[in-house]
Amino acid sequence: MSGDPATQDPDLLRRLLRAKDRMDAASHEEWPVGRLAQVSGVSEAHFARSFKQAFGVPPHRYLLTRRIERAMALLRETDLSITDIAFDTGWASLGTFGRTFRDITGDSPSAIRMRQRATPHELGRVPVCIVSAAHRPGLMTAVSEKRRQTTRGTNGSEQQEIP
Amino acid sequence: MIQGVEVAGLYVRDQDEALAFYVEKLGFRVHTDVVNGDYRWLTVQHPDQPSFQLGLFTPGPPVLDAATAQAVRAIVAKGAMPPLVLTVSDCRAAHARMLALGVEFTQAPVDRYGTVDAGFRDPSGNGWKMIQARR
Repeated sequence: MSGDPATQDPDLLRRLLRAKDRMDAASHEEWPVGRLAQVSGVSEAHFARSFKQAFGVPPHRYLLTRRIERAMALLRETDLSITDIAFDTGWASLGTFGRTFRDITGDSPSAIRMRQRATPHELGRVPVCIVSAAHRPGLMTAVSEKRRQTTRGTNGSEQQEIP
Repeated sequence: MIQGVEVAGLYVRDQDEALAFYVEKLGFRVHTDVVNGDYRWLTVQHPDQPSFQLGLFTPGPPVLDAATAQAVRAIVAKGAMPPLVLTVSDCRAAHARMLALGVEFTQAPVDRYGTVDAGFRDPSGNGWKMIQARR
């Protein structure tokens, strides 16, 4: 999985970007690698490897961060129930949503909602696409790996993940 | 006279392709198109904004060495260049017109914050937000 992203073919990168854009536009939908590979016009194995090389995270993990990002925006800006937000953002179960949300943000959806509402925001004049990027949660390790690290209480280096 | 920004440039993968996109699909017009050896200074202009030119430049010699140019091409293709915002009077109408011309939209028009916005990319990967002007 090594390789300098600058050596990737720009035409391939442009097609990988198209798959990333499609996930951004509809992160609540299911995005199996086959569907994404089709958007980019490459094989599944080539897609997963190339996407991670280009964007630093495997495609599925990227999708999870986008879903959590949308969920955080809905918690902040709407009065939708947490259950509604979970289903609106693409999770099939409330349990998985809550667990993934905590793994990524370090807090529960209800705690985040309370905290966000208590904090004044100065982002009203910034275009919304940029606001959402500014609020994008980091997910530099796999969710399962993050959970193991928390249990051990260490900050081990990122483990190799099978994309 | 007006003081201020006169030209801001984008990196594009192909100047002919970019020119066709910005002129034929976005309605810009050519301001300057001058070739000097390997270098082509190409700027376009929005018809409503005569004091500003958008430069469409390819990364490469003589300005950039080959390795740097390759890195820049990769960055552009990954959509990692800074955001661009186009103001329009009617976002939905512009979206419909541009979609029919084959523009690659990343976000259909959405009503929010008292206006309407959509998102698209140029052929190179530069990302634009298209926001309806508040009345």
